[in-house]
Formats: sequence, structure tokens, C-alpha cells
Amino acid sequence: MSGYEMNGTIAEHDEEGYLKDIGQWNADLANLIAKNENIDMTADHWEVVNFLRDYYEEYQIAPAVRILVKEMTKKFGKEKGDQKALYALFPYGPAKQACKIAGLPKPTGCV
Amino acid sequence: MAVEQSNFDPVARGRGDPVEMPTLACGAMVGSKPYVASPVHQQALGFPGELVEDWQEKAIARLGQLLKESRALRVYLDACVRCGACTDKCHYFLGTGDPNNMPVARQNLLRKVYRRYFTLSGRLFPWLVGAQDLTKDVLDEWYSYFHQCSQCRRCSVFCPYGIDTAEISMAARDIMDSIGLGQKYSNEIIGKVFSVGNNLGLNPKALKATLAGLEDDIEEDTGLPVRLPLDEKGADILLVTPSADFFASPHMEGLIGYAKVLHQSGISWTLSTQASEAANFGMFVGSQEAMQKIALRIRKAAQDLGVKRIVFGECGHAWRVAYSFLDTLAGPFDFLDRNYPVPQHICEFTYDLIEKGQLRFDKSKNDEVRLTFHDSCNVARGSGMGGMPGGQFEIPRAILRAVCNHFFDMAPETIRESTLCCGGGGGLLTDELMDVRLKGAMPRMRALRDVADEHGVTHMAAICAICKAQFSKVLPRYGFEMDSIVSVHQMVSNALVLTGSRQEAELDGKGDAALAEA
Repeated sequence: MSGYEMNGTIAEHDEEGYLKDIGQWNADLANLIAKNENIDMTADHWEVVNFLRDYYEEYQIAPAVRILVKEMTKKFGKEKGDQKALYALFPYGPAKQACKIAGLPKPTGCV
Repeated sequence: MAVEQSNFDPVARGRGDPVEMPTLACGAMVGSKPYVASPVHQQALGFPGELVEDWQEKAIARLGQLLKESRALRVYLDACVRCGACTDKCHYFLGTGDPNNMPVARQNLLRKVYRRYFTLSGRLFPWLVGAQDLTKDVLDEWYSYFHQCSQCRRCSVFCPYGIDTAEISMAARDIMDSIGLGQKYSNEIIGKVFSVGNNLGLNPKALKATLAGLEDDIEEDTGLPVRLPLDEKGADILLVTPSADFFASPHMEGLIGYAKVLHQSGISWTLSTQASEAANFGMFVGSQEAMQKIALRIRKAAQDLGVKRIVFGECGHAWRVAYSFLDTLAGPFDFLDRNYPVPQHICEFTYDLIEKGQLRFDKSKNDEVRLTFHDSCNVARGSGMGGMPGGQFEIPRAILRAVCNHFFDMAPETIRESTLCCGGGGGLLTDELMDVRLKGAMPRMRALRDVADEHGVTHMAAICAICKAQFSKVLPRYGFEMDSIVSVHQMVSNALVLTGSRQEAELDGKGDAALAEA
């Protein structure tokens, strides 16, 4: 199994790049995962990632996109917080791609 | 991680005859394979963790057992006369041109092994009857091409013998599971249903919070305390819906629609943490055992909660399992009220209220939408609705016409019993299969493009969680808006005027002041 290599340590990930052990996650690692996804992390990206992590800590699962949109609308206002803006930040979808960067497991099912 | 390697240009290929015979591209899709299930995911379902040493012997024995258990499987493997009626009926063949995606060729991947080991001529003269040993190469082909079948059964509609390729691909997947070669996507998900209760892995606390959030949203919108009850004993109706309805869009907007309709009906209802999933991926992997275990949760939830009726939300294959197999898998349901269909589809429920004049709509709320309807394969070809022939086609359309002024059907050869799969069904809705999903969606995207050009269609409604998720991924690649896929009950929700709501006051010219007074 391959992993993300950083400062001599390796954080294992699955076939799709999701961290195997979410305990290994840190901000530098998030930047590295994002880079692999061709994403340069900005403050807006971090808002999303931090919210996902907080939500996960509370509920052991990523939030629904609708919940994320609602939260980001509160934070950024309607224009920057809608679903399209989130997809602009995370082109492969805020649920899956942002979860990967946040070190969270991939949402599964018909999603 | 890069999972897509292809020169396929969806925008260029997204126009034309939806069912045009493609240029042949031999072996083009041989490299398309889903991730193999890990030992943990396999063992949770009682399958060997990895490919067993004597896999060939075990696979042949398993095929023998399936042939004994299913007369239909043997007939399907024997009956083909190579007439060619099915060759251009598979959306994956139309989209990829790979001849192994012709239904007859896909069937032959199993048929040639069946002939070799289970027919006299194949045992004696394999070269004369197209019989072949089960080698590692053949197994690799199975893994690739039986995961390029969405079990949509369009080909079986055109087969003069009614050969059902879905049954053959289910059997092949069952055999592969039994020798330790399972598919990660489906098996991980089935494991989550067993351990947590749904495909998503959504725990009760998160589910509760999600529903509370939706209640807030609806109240903000309508001014009414519309509820999404969870685990409420003594409710009349248990609503079983795909867990995607608690997570994804436009699925969640459909769930809001069910809640509003149920609220307006005045009938008490509840969701269940135990049965917080309608989907049954046991069918996709051909496992009767998994299918039954998943179905029994619904029975148990219904009994524990003491409900009188079971209603299913918008989920294609769940409705096939519910409509066609629920009684066999988890019946008898003699504890439910037999005055109502067991089970009932949410579309039947809503349609019934419309017929009785109990729902009031403001169709102008959907006036910006020019709508078409995508028949989902398992609903179209594996179920019924309303106890009338073709009800599964008429009822969703009748609902959409009741809530939207502009409705247009796509070309006849692409809808109803001839409907085209979204490209993501049957356990293929996983990221590493995006290439085949994108190509398999091409015929449907062409049909949609036609009505968009001809009638200015802007949106397409569906009643399947997989279709909705697949389309929201592939539509943008074909040049459509991501949110042009909508839930049927999302359209209902937009137009429904609840008694005592802000919308009712507006419509009747009372305005906010009058509402506040009321």
C-alpha cells in the first residue's frame, strides 16, 4: 500500500488516496494531499476543511453537502457559499475531495 | 488519484442518435476494473479474504451449485441462438464500442465456461462449441466485463428468448465473491449496512442531527413545523429510503418533498435508524444471503415500531427488491394493513393524494423548469406501480405534470421499458470506474441533448439515488449544469402548498401579515 511521504515519515493511504489512519492527519499533510489533487490550499479551502473536521469529530461522519453549503453561506455569504462555489474550490466535489484533504474516510453509497 | 485515462470527449460525443451503432473498438475497455475488496470487507460478508489457491475448482463448483439452485440461469446459458438482437442494446457497448460489452458477448464469458464443464459437447469437443477452460485470463475478463454491466436489463427486453444478462452477471459476481475476488465498492457498503445500518455509515446521532437541520429548513421556508420523525413507535407508516437522501443533493431535496407530502396527508410516519437504508446491494453482487439479511432489517424495524404500512423512498433497485422480492425475502407481512399495497412507493402515495384532490400545487413555482423524466432501469423493468400495467411509467409522469407546466418526454426508444441506464447502476457508481460511467451515460446524454435542443428542456427528474448521483457527476462533463438532475419529490416540494403555510397565504393574497395573525 502506498503512502504520503513527509519529513521521513509515511502516512499510508488507500487506493484512492484517503488516509488509512485519520490520527496521522496534520495541516502539512493536508497541503500535500491537496497538491496531489492539484489544489492549492487557500483560506477558503481551509474554512471548508476545518468545518469538515469539526463536524466529523462530533458525528464520526462527514456532513451532507447541503449542511456544508448552509454553514459556508453563513460564513461567506450567499455568493461564495453556494454549491457552485464549493465545487469551484473542490472540483471533484466538496464531499469526496475535501474529505480526502481533511483526512476523513470517503463517503460511500449512492453519493 | 488519477483513475481516468481516456481520450473520450463527452461534449463532442454527446450529440447524435442516442442508440447509434458505435465503431467497434476491440478490447478498448479490458483495463476497466473496480478495486478489489480487501480481506476485511470480504470477511465481513463471509467470503474468503483473498483469491483462494484452488479458485478454479471452487469457482466451477460454485457455478454448479448456482445452476442447481436456479433453473433460470441454466436456461439463460443454454437458450442463446446468437440472433444478434441484443448486440446494440447495451449503453456500455454504445458508449465504448468494445464488443465484449455486447450483451451476447458478456453472457458468453460465463457461457463458454459453463459449456466446458457442464455440457457433454463442451466436455468432449470444446473447440466445436465455443467452450473454454476457466483460466486466470478468463477470470480477469470476468472481473473486468461483469463490472461493466449495470444489470439494467435493457438487453433482455429485446432478446426473443428473454435472456436476462443481469442474472448472468449476478451469478458471475457471486462466483467471484465465493473465491475471494470481490468488488470493494459493493462489499464495503454491504458491510456498513450490517454494522451501522446504511450504505453511508451514518450513525443515529448524525442522522438525528441531519433530520433536525432539515426540519429547521422546512420551517424557515414554509412557516410550519413539518417533522421528520425518527424511531417513533406507533406511527402508521415506516418510510424506508436510500441513505443518500440524508446526505447528497438532489436526494435530500427529494426527502424534503416526502416529508411535506406526508405532513399534508395527516398520516403519522417515521424513519428508522435500524432500517435507515432502502438500497440492497446484495442484489448487485448476486448474494441471496446478503439480500435477505438486508431485507430482514426492514421487517424487524416495521415490527419493532408497530407500523401499519411501509413506504419506500426514491431508490431504483430498492424498489425492485421491495416490489418483487420483499415478501419472499422477509415475508409474510401479515402484520401490516392489507388495505394498502405492501410495500408502497412514495410516488404511489403522492399520486393517490393528488387523485383524491388532497394536495394543492402552485405550478408556477416550477415555471423556470422545463422538465423531462429519466425512467430508472430497475423501476422500469423490474417493478410496477399502482397495480396497473405501466403504472411505474405513468405515475411519476402524472406527478410531474401535476406540479410542473412544462414536461417533455425524451425519444421513445430511450424511455419506459426501453429506458437507458444512467451509466452508474448495479454497483458501478464508484470513482475508479468513472471512465466507463462517463461513456455508458452517452446514450442518455444524447437523448437529453435532443429534448434540450428541441424543447428547451433544462432539467431531468429521476426516482433513483444512483441515477441522481451518477448524473450530477456526468452532466457537467456533457455540458449540462450539475443541478439539472432533480428528484421527483423535489419538484413536488417546490410546488406543494401546505395548509397554513406562508406559500398558501401568499397564493391567497393574504401575505405575511395575515399569516402572522393566523
